[in-house]
Amino acid sequence: MEQHHGYRLTHLKHLEAEAIFVIREVAAQFQRPVLLFSGGKDSIVMAHVARKAFWPARPPFPMMHIDTGHNFPETIAYRDQFMHDIGAELIVKYVQDSIDQGRVAEEKGPRASRNKLQTVTLLDGLEEGQYDAAMGGARRDEEKARAKERFFSHRDDFGQWDPKNQRPELWNLFNGKKNVGEHFRIFPLSNWTEMDIWQYIKLENIPLPSIYFSHEREVIERDGVLLAQTDFITLLDGETPEKRTIRFRTVGDATCTGCCESTASTVDDIIEEVAAARQTERGGRADDKRSETAMEDRKKEGYF
Amino acid sequence: MTATKGYLDMDLLRFTTAGSVDDGKSTLIGRLLYDSKAIFEDQLEAVEQSSKQRGDEIVNLALLTDGLRAEREQGITIDVAYRYFATPKRKFIIADTPGHIQYTRNMVTGASTANLAIVLIDARKGVIEQTCRHAFIASLLQIQHVVICVNKMDLVDYKQEVFDSIVADFKNFASRLNIPHIDFIPISALNGDNVVDKSDKMPWFQGGSLLYTLETAYIGHEFNHVDPRFSVQWVIRPQSKEHHDFRGFSGRVVGGVFRKGDEVMVLPSGFTTRIKGIHEFEKELDEAFSPMSVALTLEDEIDISRGDMIVKPNNKPSVGQDLEAMICWFSESSSLQTGRKYALLHTSKEVKAIVKDVRYKIDVNTLHKIEDDREMKLNDIGRVVLRTSAPLIHDPYTRNRLTGSFILVDEMTNNTVAAGMILER
Ligand SMILES: Nc1nc2c(ncn2[C@@H]2O[C@H](COP(=O)(O)OP(=O)(O)O)[C@@H](O)[C@H]2O)c(=O)[nH]1
Repeated sequence: MEQHHGYRLTHLKHLEAEAIFVIREVAAQFQRPVLLFSGGKDSIVMAHVARKAFWPARPPFPMMHIDTGHNFPETIAYRDQFMHDIGAELIVKYVQDSIDQGRVAEEKGPRASRNKLQTVTLLDGLEEGQYDAAMGGARRDEEKARAKERFFSHRDDFGQWDPKNQRPELWNLFNGKKNVGEHFRIFPLSNWTEMDIWQYIKLENIPLPSIYFSHEREVIERDGVLLAQTDFITLLDGETPEKRTIRFRTVGDATCTGCCESTASTVDDIIEEVAAARQTERGGRADDKRSETAMEDRKKEGYF
Repeated sequence: MTATKGYLDMDLLRFTTAGSVDDGKSTLIGRLLYDSKAIFEDQLEAVEQSSKQRGDEIVNLALLTDGLRAEREQGITIDVAYRYFATPKRKFIIADTPGHIQYTRNMVTGASTANLAIVLIDARKGVIEQTCRHAFIASLLQIQHVVICVNKMDLVDYKQEVFDSIVADFKNFASRLNIPHIDFIPISALNGDNVVDKSDKMPWFQGGSLLYTLETAYIGHEFNHVDPRFSVQWVIRPQSKEHHDFRGFSGRVVGGVFRKGDEVMVLPSGFTTRIKGIHEFEKELDEAFSPMSVALTLEDEIDISRGDMIVKPNNKPSVGQDLEAMICWFSESSSLQTGRKYALLHTSKEVKAIVKDVRYKIDVNTLHKIEDDREMKLNDIGRVVLRTSAPLIHDPYTRNRLTGSFILVDEMTNNTVAAGMILER
């Protein structure tokens, strides 16, 4: 099946080889790495690549899910099945616990979201497990503030990101040296685009949570974003849920992850749709709409 | 599904862009992203809004590539940023390195992973010192293909004489450099002339548009496929019954081609054996070539660990503790101290190194050697003599970018303070 014209790799195989290389570097350079698994397509692809990197052994690190409690049941079912299939150890940290322990205060009002609170749960989880490298599925094409992110992103002992003080990355040499208490965020899929992710899912036949595909759901329209009607959402005056045929482009906290109207029911359909799309996938995220630098500000504090 | 079929067969071109401040680099990148539809409506809306707030008359495409808040506030870009776009033929990764004080360092960083460099020249200004610096760095980093874009042609009435004289000037300078392939394209980034489509404003220009050049540039020479080198990253030992005896050496093919059954030598130990299997997940492959990531199993039980290199007995790299290299100094807070220990990262190996001597620095604008001031400071490029604490298994950078490159790390701060390219001895 594999076709080489001379010694040529397709761009997807390039990206895969690079991601495998980076993940192996993480295993070799750090004492206690962990893979952050959100249940979204990017972290699914990252976990899939991690599995390839160490096959036939299991990945030599656990996976961690920061659970906001505002989930679509489909993604949790998928997560548990996926972990079972690849034989990985899953650690779940709950935002609810951080709230109960008084580490964070729940946002108030109908537009409240737990998205920002996750940062505290995440940093606590990393500290508790003494993890010194946390792999995330973020891509540089997602958002402006991510375009300058490194593969190996240094965080100080408060988990903070200083965009002006990042280490240059040359060739395939990654400097993971750090002082006690500091950690790294690692982004093996840095060079992938949304389209690459979908094409790779097709190439590798990777199963996905059903919410990525077209289905009927009760939704409300708020600030130009379609939000699923769930138990976690408080309706505003004049909002009435209605049934639409939709799918999700990203998976996140159910209170702020927008969906789009779509009839795409297969990976091929989605690829066609992504190719024609005129809105970024984050265009549907109410959390980014808060301000033009919302992502950058959250990243500095230690967000994913 | 034709879109899908084409996509699965695309290749990858990585390029850097260089130009001095205001030559139009951001505008050009914005134009490439916009015209290739890598820009979405919501991103464009945000830019339209910012443009309005700034009081720009037209939508400033340059804002599309403007990243972080600090930069927006200062109105400059400060680091290497990566951008992505694709056409039906290729996926492109742009390492966008801005004109600024940290410039040499940023450009070296961007160029280290690039196959092609775009250098912008303002048609009104012609070849200036900065242009020479950009071209020199591209050649130092072994970029095989440089595209000179003479920008703002609209401001010189699209005149052929202006373009021709800039081409002549640049060729004159570049004859001292080692750049195998140079293209020249007259463009207007602002109006889009010769960027994506050929412009009818310059009928005298015979060549293709910039995008056409990017889509058709030859990239076969990007990786060395001659000298087999496999750098071991991690040893795979499954703790399972099923794969009890599996011992895989995982890593990247950093040079040449390996085939099942090949006789190989492990360095530094020098033991020889044969390749039993080449594994890529559940598949077994007949061959693996640079830059694939695979796992090798070997016929004999040999002690191999991270940092070792698997090669072929009839094509051995150099192994030694004394090196000469060109380095670029990256640290703003400290200059190079000869005699001091640094950590040196090379392939998957880490050793200690001391710089014994700085032979000379290079004036990157004139290419002259500087021998009276040998203090290596931020952005300086110079030739040094190094000694390492353990043998490095290496090739000259001109032969292999992956086995000929290293970085130096200051162990006090853990910062990467230099990038190095090993010279032939
Ligand atoms: N007339 C004209 N102006 C241009 C062209 N390209 C860029 N500019 C203008 O030159 C200025 C600097 O451009 P910018 O892209 O920000 O430069 P950078 O500093 O190299 O990124 C801006 O005012 C642009 O609108 C061009 O082709 N023609």
